[in-house]
Amino acid sequence: MLRFFALIMLIAVPLNAAEEIVADLSQNRVGISATFDGSRILVFGAVSRDAPMPESGPMQVVVSVSGPRQAVTIRRKDKRAGVIWVNSASALIDDAPSFYSVATTVPMAQALSVAADVRYKVSIARAISSIGTQIATGHAAEYTEALIRIRSDNGLYQVHEGAVELMSETLFRTEIDLPSNLTAGEYTARILITRDQQVVDVFETKLDIHKVGIERWLYNLAHDNAFYYGLMSLFIAIAAGWMASAAFSYFRA
Amino acid sequence: MQIYLPIAEISVNAFLLLGLGGMVGILSGMFGVGGGFLMTPLLFFIGIPPAVAVATEANQIVASSFSGVLAHFKRKTVDLKMGGVLLIGGLIGAYLGIQLFNYLRSLGQVDLLVKLSYVVFLGIIGSLMFVESLNAIRRQKKTGSAIIRKKHTWLHNLPFKVKFRTSGLYISVIPPFFIGVFVGVLAAIMGVGGGFVMVPAMIYLIGMPTKVVIGTSLFQIIFVTAFTTMMHATTNYTVDIVLAVLLLVGGVIGAQIGTRIGVKMKAEQLRILLAVLVLAVCGKLALDLLLQPSELYSLGAGGGH
Repeated sequence: MLRFFALIMLIAVPLNAAEEIVADLSQNRVGISATFDGSRILVFGAVSRDAPMPESGPMQVVVSVSGPRQAVTIRRKDKRAGVIWVNSASALIDDAPSFYSVATTVPMAQALSVAADVRYKVSIARAISSIGTQIATGHAAEYTEALIRIRSDNGLYQVHEGAVELMSETLFRTEIDLPSNLTAGEYTARILITRDQQVVDVFETKLDIHKVGIERWLYNLAHDNAFYYGLMSLFIAIAAGWMASAAFSYFRA
Repeated sequence: MQIYLPIAEISVNAFLLLGLGGMVGILSGMFGVGGGFLMTPLLFFIGIPPAVAVATEANQIVASSFSGVLAHFKRKTVDLKMGGVLLIGGLIGAYLGIQLFNYLRSLGQVDLLVKLSYVVFLGIIGSLMFVESLNAIRRQKKTGSAIIRKKHTWLHNLPFKVKFRTSGLYISVIPPFFIGVFVGVLAAIMGVGGGFVMVPAMIYLIGMPTKVVIGTSLFQIIFVTAFTTMMHATTNYTVDIVLAVLLLVGGVIGAQIGTRIGVKMKAEQLRILLAVLVLAVCGKLALDLLLQPSELYSLGAGGGH
């Protein structure tokens, strides 16, 4: 009986919203193989309504894909002894997505109010949690900016305003580029629809990105059986060295 | 063709790696050096994380030294007893080097340690070689006299004297032991075999005959770099076997070509070329440390990784 009640509640929550997202990804699994050179996933969906379209402002769509969250140490170089550039101060950001791409139909500020951004952590700066950040120097913002700048340069943090195509306020689609330097793990794709900068509905789905084939095998071996991996590396090296020597004397003879 | 390196976790052009391996292979064939001291900085330049570059290069040196030492065993130009003393020192040095490496890694200063070591050693060795080979060319032009080596130094008065039959020496084990320790530390923190330090030390400090020097140093390098590889693989997980194999293939082919080029050139010209090359790499690394970097910040794994 209790379970039935819970089920009713679950169904009831989205029903409260007059508009509901139905969406999917072109693929739910991405394999990082030996020849992995980045990938592209299509995020597409529609808005289902059981009432006429509301009179309020036009609908906007915000799509974000977020990689596994990790702690990051950010180090700053300073000139020491008047000549040499050395890592000196550092800050620990305890929870930053390894990858974050956000695409919108219109510029972010028009799609989402600041309050909604704070609540749903949509923009990159909000997605990086610096709660409890141990800052040794008291320049927290500089370090967060540096993190965003470096990861943006590496294609790991992306903002694509206007990249979501929306048709008749119902169908939407966008493509998210996954660069080759991805961290494997469970990714989350999230879609928000907003009206008058207020979030109407949220949809989330998982995207599994993992190493496959020999990449997976080598990575796991190197971390779980480091000793045997080391021995294997040495064996391959010695075998290669021996073969090179044998080939050399064969060509000489 | 892009290839994803499982440990370095970046995608690199496979032909670039084969080419780098081949280029360094040609140079090592031409000059008879291991090439680790050139390959590791080149790997930094193409964006391989220094910790991965150092550990992987150690693994690659095992292969090239093993290939080299076989020929020396056939010619009986390996002093196993001397090699053993150098090796004991080398293993202790490598162990200490890895501890230092990991300690500085935890402080975020490992890049500085590795790059500074390169600047210092490439600078010293490059300048010495340059001056030496210039003098040699000048001497050749003037007269034709050979270098007169001092026969007896304070090094010969140290205790624990042992007979090294293959080298024809009766000397203390202390100098070779400490040379071994020093080279072991370099192998661990620089990802090099250390031949460029060990060979001159064996000739000028210990006074070993030149014909057994290369074989004996290769013998020591195999075991020290194998030990370093194991230490890096088990404590840092930074040995990238895919990277190592790609460099190896290029290196093996390059070394064959290089040996053939080397035969056709004069020794002094070769040494000057090598000295210039070493100084160029040193200069590039020094500039990286001295000029203001375009990005002052760098990212590392957070907390206890």
